[in-house]
Amino acid sequence: MAEQILTTPRPAGANLVGLTRNEYKGLASTLCQGCGHNSIANQIVAACYELNLVPENVVKFSGIGCSSKSPTYFLSRSFGFNGLHGRMPSLALGAMFGDTTLKAIGVSGDGDTASIGMGQFKHMVRRNLPFVYIVENNGVYGLTKGQFSATAEKGLMLKKQGVNPFLPVDICLEALASNATFVARSFAGDPKQVKELIKAAFSHHGIAVLDIISPCVTFHNHDDSIHSYAFGKEHEMPLQDISFIPARDEITIEDYDPGSQREVEMHDGSVVVLKKLDKDYDPTKRSEAYRVLEEAQTNNWLVTGLIYINPEAPSLYETYNIDEQLNRVPAERLRPAPESMAQLNDLLF
Amino acid sequence: MTLPQPAPIMDIEKQRVVNDFCITFSTVNGSGSATSNTTIMRALFRMGIPVSGKNIFPSNIQGLPTWYTIRVNKDGYLGRVDERHIVVAMNVNTFARDLESLVPGGVFFYPDDVKLPITRQDITAYPMPVKKLTRESDVAQNLKDYIANMVYVGVLAQMIGIDLQKIYQALDYHFKGKAKAIDSNFSVIKAAADWAASNLVKTDPYYVEPMNATEGFVMTDGNAAAALGAVYGGVQFLAWYPITPASSLAESLNEFLPMFRKDPVTGKDTYVVVQAEDELAAIGMSVGAGWSGLRSMTSTSGPGISLMSEYLGLAYFTEVPVVVWDVQRVGPSTGLPTRTSQGDLTQVYFHSHGDAQFVILIPSSMKECFEFGWKAFDIAERLQTPVMVLSDLDLGMNQWMSEKFDYPDQPMDRGKILWEDDLEAFLQNHNGVWGRYQDVDGDGIAYRTVAGNRHPRAAYFTRGTGHDEFSRYSEEAPNWEKGLDRLAQKFQTARQYVPKPVVSCVDCAKFGIISMGSTDLAVKEARNLLEKENIPTDYLRVCAVPFTDEVKEFVANHEKVYVVETNRDGQLRQLLTLEYPEFATRFIKISHLDGLSLTAKWIKQAILAEEEK
Repeated sequence: MAEQILTTPRPAGANLVGLTRNEYKGLASTLCQGCGHNSIANQIVAACYELNLVPENVVKFSGIGCSSKSPTYFLSRSFGFNGLHGRMPSLALGAMFGDTTLKAIGVSGDGDTASIGMGQFKHMVRRNLPFVYIVENNGVYGLTKGQFSATAEKGLMLKKQGVNPFLPVDICLEALASNATFVARSFAGDPKQVKELIKAAFSHHGIAVLDIISPCVTFHNHDDSIHSYAFGKEHEMPLQDISFIPARDEITIEDYDPGSQREVEMHDGSVVVLKKLDKDYDPTKRSEAYRVLEEAQTNNWLVTGLIYINPEAPSLYETYNIDEQLNRVPAERLRPAPESMAQLNDLLF
Repeated sequence: MTLPQPAPIMDIEKQRVVNDFCITFSTVNGSGSATSNTTIMRALFRMGIPVSGKNIFPSNIQGLPTWYTIRVNKDGYLGRVDERHIVVAMNVNTFARDLESLVPGGVFFYPDDVKLPITRQDITAYPMPVKKLTRESDVAQNLKDYIANMVYVGVLAQMIGIDLQKIYQALDYHFKGKAKAIDSNFSVIKAAADWAASNLVKTDPYYVEPMNATEGFVMTDGNAAAALGAVYGGVQFLAWYPITPASSLAESLNEFLPMFRKDPVTGKDTYVVVQAEDELAAIGMSVGAGWSGLRSMTSTSGPGISLMSEYLGLAYFTEVPVVVWDVQRVGPSTGLPTRTSQGDLTQVYFHSHGDAQFVILIPSSMKECFEFGWKAFDIAERLQTPVMVLSDLDLGMNQWMSEKFDYPDQPMDRGKILWEDDLEAFLQNHNGVWGRYQDVDGDGIAYRTVAGNRHPRAAYFTRGTGHDEFSRYSEEAPNWEKGLDRLAQKFQTARQYVPKPVVSCVDCAKFGIISMGSTDLAVKEARNLLEKENIPTDYLRVCAVPFTDEVKEFVANHEKVYVVETNRDGQLRQLLTLEYPEFATRFIKISHLDGLSLTAKWIKQAILAEEEK
């Protein structure tokens, strides 16, 4: 649904829909000081503000865990549902059919997505529900006080757990293998990139998986771990500098130098502008996406940016023959007319 | 070759048994016998004879024994009986066992190529030239195995008097008017009937004769009836996962929704069906859809119910309306997937960890499957809670004759839902305060908004964690207790919205009987049998949990109440005992579970055995 753009004078600091940044905020966080999740919540606020989203047009979801608490830390004026552990995807999929003009964002964690929720995650991806799916990935179970998650790297040592003997699940690879149409990785310590990716994800016409490495300052922030601030800052290998330009601002693209960038036009006419770094990376090629993820794994890099995008794939909604807000269909159109009873009884022997 | 046996009953005209017997077809599953059996049943129905059919089938696709039993009963008693009066023995592997199962004086039809001895002298045996007639038919080679089953249709029709025109009508319905399929099957049936007329001499007493007892009735199965009910209940969202015996409920919705629920103007659908990846997801999706204001449902059986428990607990606690059909099969565990039971009652009642109670509807007939199909949504939305509907395999998957369905007699009840203008008005009338879980009417039911309501005050955050009246996170003891107490109060309110029991009282009843669901058929017949022995009884059939005042009144009025149900532990009796501890000693368990529905004879004998104690 196109946002209503105000033509009347706006309060200071207000965006095109007349809302200030404060109006996108949520309650104060109860997570630990310095938790990467807080930084991500702030970037969700910033992205929604900059995208001129009306909070009433967004629905928030989460599963269970530290990450899943965060939907209360942004968009207080949006409906939200904190579901069951690992089962946010099914809840969200059913809920979004109530009104498919709404936008959806879900926040999950690595336990919630890659352990208990792996099945639902992959099936939601496969169905291409329009949904911003953020994984706040810290490689550890925080709320139960520091057990290994499925994304913890092999050899990781945790205080009460000893050494992790298993190779980690790569959420981006899992998403790709399930035919995700938007796969990105970022690092909570890189707020600008997080924000631009969230903005692009909101404009994507399908599932947008954002695997955001988000260090756990309490249980898992060893400098040599891939899920730490220190590692992220040192080993982050951005695929591109990323800017997102909403459809209505398209004209500003001319401000960019076309020689050093690649543009991906989204379904709604908005554009993701990827400024190339040292590689000629094409995020519309799945084989390239696999390659950079493999390469990063081999070299112990934290590769970030927009890894894969297919803006053309039909979304879940397009596979159904619906064109209205179903939860507003009045009773008289839901119950067939009395005359139809004859047809019904004739159907039977 | 074994020759037909001499008739044990010489004066068959005098001994005629008309419209009151059972026919059992013994076949191999996957052989296409279902078409033949259903055709015979439908033809009998069209002859105006009360008829029911039961499929006793294995959890398997091809090659294992399966039995289909048709009961004709002029008095309209259509529950299961143990006696086999006529057996059509098409499965060589169960030949001896099938022969043994016949009542004295019974009839045995068998393919003449089976070279096994007919070991009984007290029955009539008719050989059928199945191979010969199949060979001579002009159907394609690859269909000959299927057509073989049409031979017994023709022979049986000729020998007991089924009208071939009615058989033709049944085929026409089954093959949806496709002339080639109808004619190739019918030609085999006709040839077999002609063969029987020329080659067999009737020496058994069993006959069908036309009646006028099915006028105004239709034939359907409970899963189709439930699906049609849901269509008229305005179902908007169904998520499901395949499971026997519930799959055909969702599949029926897939068939009926496009017929009845496309917008006539736009041609667009007013519903969504998703085949989920498992039951965990099916219930998650359904709860999500119910939360956002859709009339939402899922359908499953016991193992699926087990998987759904956690989400149902969340839906109970967060007060999300959703309808869950449980077409019961035999558990625990994988159990007997293709056999019927009433064993999920206590599970669906308690369901979640923590304190929880669930509203349950229990249909006993096709009509009630349809009626509860639409009513369940009204109750769920009115009470903002999951509504469990307990059907079973016997109701759900077997064909039953039924009075035609009636159009819903009440307007749709969407419950206490606030859209933008409603919320604005609510705020004006309530000092600007609205809380998602605030009980302003004193009935335990709060007002809800749903996602998509654009009023700036509409949004709230739904959580399975402790919350206050405004759905804010809270670990405060008073908030928790107040919230849970209100849910308990809401469950009391539910009593006024659920269907009332069906009560049948007579003069001078010796005791009361309480039953539920598909056991009703056998209980009704058992009452008749008891009546014949001068034991009049009163009867109450429970249609819902929580129980309504009528149940209490019935129990209070009877010193002794037999609770009849198809499970091991007497689960309905358990719930009645919990509900009415003051009457606990009045309830006597008459329950039994072996995978088959109860018979009237068994119930009568079980009650008499208790009476003699």
